[in-house]
Amino acid sequence: MVPIPQPDSAWRRVRRQLFASRLDGLITVVLLVLLLSAALGIGHWALSQAQWAVIQVNSTLFTLGRYPLEQQWRLWLLTALLAGASGLSWGLLRAEPRAGVNARPWPRNDRIAVLLLLALALLLPAALQLTALIHLRWLALAVLLVLARWAAGRWGPLRGRWRPLVGLLWPVLYLLGMVLIGGGLGLSPVPPGEWGGLLLTLLSASFAMLLCFPLGVLLALGRRSALPLLRWGSVLYIEFIRGAPLITLLFLGQNILGFLLPGGLAPDRVWRAAWVLTFFSAAYVAEAVRAGLVALPPGQLEAARSLGLAMPQALVHVVIPQALRVALPAMVGQFIILLQDTTLLSLIGLLDLLGIARTVMANPAFLGRNAEVYLVLALLFWCCCAALGLGSRALETRLNTSHTPAKA
Amino acid sequence: MRSASPGPVIPWWRDRRLIPWLVQGALAVVLLVVVAFLVGNLVRNLTAAGLLLSWQWLGQPAGFDVAEPLLPFDAGMPYWRGLLTGLVNTLRVVLLGLVGATLLGTLAGSAAFSSNALLRALARGYVELIRNIPLLLQLLFWYFVVFLALPNGAQAIQLPGLVLAKSGLYLGRAALADGVWQLQSGLRITVEFAALLTGLVVFSGAFIAEVVRGGIAAVPAGQWEAARSLGLAPAQTMGRIVLPQALRVIVPGLNNQYISLAKSSSLAVACGYTDLYSVAETTLNQTGRAVEVVLILLGSYLVIDLLISAVMNGVNRLVQLQER
Repeated sequence: MVPIPQPDSAWRRVRRQLFASRLDGLITVVLLVLLLSAALGIGHWALSQAQWAVIQVNSTLFTLGRYPLEQQWRLWLLTALLAGASGLSWGLLRAEPRAGVNARPWPRNDRIAVLLLLALALLLPAALQLTALIHLRWLALAVLLVLARWAAGRWGPLRGRWRPLVGLLWPVLYLLGMVLIGGGLGLSPVPPGEWGGLLLTLLSASFAMLLCFPLGVLLALGRRSALPLLRWGSVLYIEFIRGAPLITLLFLGQNILGFLLPGGLAPDRVWRAAWVLTFFSAAYVAEAVRAGLVALPPGQLEAARSLGLAMPQALVHVVIPQALRVALPAMVGQFIILLQDTTLLSLIGLLDLLGIARTVMANPAFLGRNAEVYLVLALLFWCCCAALGLGSRALETRLNTSHTPAKA
Repeated sequence: MRSASPGPVIPWWRDRRLIPWLVQGALAVVLLVVVAFLVGNLVRNLTAAGLLLSWQWLGQPAGFDVAEPLLPFDAGMPYWRGLLTGLVNTLRVVLLGLVGATLLGTLAGSAAFSSNALLRALARGYVELIRNIPLLLQLLFWYFVVFLALPNGAQAIQLPGLVLAKSGLYLGRAALADGVWQLQSGLRITVEFAALLTGLVVFSGAFIAEVVRGGIAAVPAGQWEAARSLGLAPAQTMGRIVLPQALRVIVPGLNNQYISLAKSSSLAVACGYTDLYSVAETTLNQTGRAVEVVLILLGSYLVIDLLISAVMNGVNRLVQLQER
């Protein structure tokens, strides 16, 4: 039977999608009732029963932990630098000419993002009932980001010779950030034991992400190597790590690392946990990269070698870039899991976002405010992880250099 | 005869036949030095602390209690028995979790192919919601916000054959006596166990749903069309034609998810459920035997992982066998 093409009215679409048969209609009605009652219940609770003071009063604790008050200007400075650098990178990324896409200074997505950003900078401090001064600072940061975005988009394409410096921007900023947070170079030191909350969560996650990536690539290459010792060493490491729950490895880091190193050399508890996270994720990243290496036709390496490239050159310029493109979704998936896994630091007594939250709820003044705190944390993690996932998908389409012609 | 041919002489360090051995030799030396350094420190430090590797302490009385043991256990029994009880508790939650997560995941994964748009959206929303929130946070939520908030005594939620109270979940018949629920026949589940099991099932279910969805999507559309044109109902099409073929793709993916569930069960301590990890933590605090306890922990989880892999490999062979 050939379907007769008909104008697909909205009503017809609703009928086909939701009420195709009697059973479908029943399912739709039952689900609608359930969803509506759940939404009403949650809305009623959030507006009339929940006491959000626990979040408003402790917002600094949640973000920074016990970071000394008189040193917090350093974190403001760091946030300003980050906002400027994000704006610059964003603008330069947009200014880059792309095949098949009309380069427009402000695509629709960007305008939506700017509006969201400004709304967030206005509404979030208001919701948290922060002082007017902090209110103003957040607004200034948002404006700085947008200005940097505008300036980079306006003048970025003209100054081609500055382009290589952009790649250096983020590593330099990261090192500078570590100095600003931890002290040194004339700044008074703030020991890692005093970093906490969101700061510690983001710091340990970003540290582990940055370091587990090269480690993972090396392990993946080792596992595919023709040298038996290298191969078996990598296999042993990867399978050992993947066979153990993260919590037992963190437990190992806290309780055994002190015995493995000469007295006094063992790093601080925070750093131990960050290194365990790094070594843990490296094994999983290695498996993702290995899948990318397996997917690459062997002819690529052979062609590179027969062109006269040495093995390291062939790997760096031909094999690894292509393998990473295939491995990207799995790798970002692993980074998302890594961000979530930082919550396990709270189980070994560190004050990451979840650890701080649990100490706040142990305070008699906020007893029984579990639902409010856990919901806010869940929302925060959800937004971060979903954003990472979205970014990964955007990057995937951008890097897609399969030889199908781009849509004009 | 190489020596007879004129031309530049290749120095030995650039000899193609020698380089692999040089690299491996250097690697072996580095590894040996690192391992010797670490083990030397370990032995020195442990000797200084009087904790040199020994398994004698496993026979000493534990002195702690294990909540809801499946094996009979009391504080007078030795440490090894305590650890075994913890292991059995872990196995209990892992086994039930595997069954529950598979059911939920299969439902949610097949719902992604429903003809009902709302059901499809709901399945998608479930996966996206759960995968982007840390498991530990979810476990704490289920325990503190859902199960510990259950009313006690006469206010408890009573359903036919099921009573939900803060003192536990009663499956079967239970009666109220002096404001406390007493089980008459059936099963009582503590809220700790219920929270852990719910959290693990809901979390792993989302990942399994993705595996199942991928497996079903891998079945060629012609198979659906052929089944429908033979007059099979949607449920028959799914159950008899599509799922058996999808299983070939699904089973290897399930293996990974099952192992990850078994490892995740070590977060039981967040819900106050006593599993292997929490017994091991208590044991370490009492004896200070860090190395032995970590070895036992790692070994146990490795054995569980290998068991799951062995079973799933068997299942995989069964599923693949039907291919002609």
